[in-house]
Amino acid sequence: MNDLTRAGGATPTADCLTISKLFRLQWEPAQNAHVLLYPEGMVKLNQSAGEILKRCDGTRDINTLIADLEQAFNTTGLGPEVRAFVADAQSRGWLE
Amino acid sequence: MTDLSQPAAAAQSQAVPDGIPLPLWLLAELTYRCPLHCAFCYNPIDYTDHSRELSTEQWLNVLREARALGAAQLGFSGGEPLVRDDLEVLVAEARKLGFYTNLITSGVGLTDKRLDGLQAAGLDHIQLSFQDSTQQLNDFLSSTRTFELKQRVAASIKQHGFPMVLNCVLHRYNLPHVDKIIDMALAMGAEYLELANTQYYGWAHQNEAQLMPTREQLDEAEAVVERYRRTHGERCKIFFVVPDYFERRPKRCMNGWGAVFLGVAPDGAALPCHAARSLPGLVLPNVKDTPLREIWYESDAFNRFRGLAWMKEPCRSCDEKEHDLGGCRCQAYMLTGDPANADPVCDKSPSHDTVVKVVNVARRAAAADLPHEQPILFRNDANSRRLASAAASGGTSGEISGHGNGNGHTGG
Repeated sequence: MNDLTRAGGATPTADCLTISKLFRLQWEPAQNAHVLLYPEGMVKLNQSAGEILKRCDGTRDINTLIADLEQAFNTTGLGPEVRAFVADAQSRGWLE
Repeated sequence: MTDLSQPAAAAQSQAVPDGIPLPLWLLAELTYRCPLHCAFCYNPIDYTDHSRELSTEQWLNVLREARALGAAQLGFSGGEPLVRDDLEVLVAEARKLGFYTNLITSGVGLTDKRLDGLQAAGLDHIQLSFQDSTQQLNDFLSSTRTFELKQRVAASIKQHGFPMVLNCVLHRYNLPHVDKIIDMALAMGAEYLELANTQYYGWAHQNEAQLMPTREQLDEAEAVVERYRRTHGERCKIFFVVPDYFERRPKRCMNGWGAVFLGVAPDGAALPCHAARSLPGLVLPNVKDTPLREIWYESDAFNRFRGLAWMKEPCRSCDEKEHDLGGCRCQAYMLTGDPANADPVCDKSPSHDTVVKVVNVARRAAAADLPHEQPILFRNDANSRRLASAAASGGTSGEISGHGNGNGHTGG
């Protein structure tokens, strides 16, 4: 992903969001969606979930991730929705 | 990880017929050869009649065709997939194609050298089977001496850093040990534990009278599982697959016929469900001479019970038909003689009493502590040949009769 070259990214720290190693995030052309793959199972993600999780690659903390999304979609005020999703993803064990 | 920034890019070049879902889950049964001889194996009892295996190149083609159809989860199973020395080659290609690769194994043959090779090939996950938490019962049920070996293998799997699912098939003999089985899984560091109550197909069906638990055993085991989920659910996710003979509504078998699951047997026969080989009059297409796309979308076998149009009463007018899809076709055949009937697990089925009878026989046998009328029939080549030839000659030998439903449940 080439958006890592963007200036202002957080230095990787413990706060950086990372997909759990029990899961693999992948784009599936046949489903036209991102999916999370895990032992004998798969979750099909909607577009927002896919856009958030593909940025959970160990290089961004939550604030950087939100800023990054707002820039990518040329909008503001995504914070509450993204934080709620990340909390849910954490409770499901999708994130480290 | 694949490049997620890549757009959809019209990878689905050929049109997908309306209303038919993708075969997301491919099960590659690489071989029927197996070092274990488990009494509850779901493999067809006449597996020795179908032992000619696909070549490496043929399997590679299956993987490519399935991936092009949208398959994303891939199970390497059998028999014991490790007896194929091309497993690493198949895993490497599968991983390159973008599959999530699962190895479903007894652990026999899973040396450190093979673990290294599989890891280098990109294997994602290993499901290791156990038969019990004790050596005595594990080795008895699999008719082998493998308990200690499996323990060593479990440790090696974790040392290699693979996610691990422990699988234990449950029945009358080991249900009372569920707490110890869970303790074992926790001690081994398994991320998931699958406690799968026996489904009565193939060899398990032959041994149904011996394996069927009582309702009390199941209730106790389920209470134990609930207790562990509360205390250890964070460390290990525990699945408890309920045995449907004790239910009043059937399971949503395979999540629908021709809806998610595409199995390929060792000889290349394409299977709409694990046990499809047992259904009479169902001509299974073979990957050796038919493209997978045609098999999935156009073959009679995959369309026969797809959707709801094939249903008879009481399913056809039932308001729950979209929920359970009429249950399991193989069970309907085994217990009623017609695979298009309602699964008799359903208490709306006129044949529901066949299921009740099986359960009651087990209850009475347990209550009276009766000696078993017949010995357990282990899955091995000699027994398979004998059962296959008995089925072919239209008779049943004294040793394998006694299930009492008179519907000729042997395969072929």
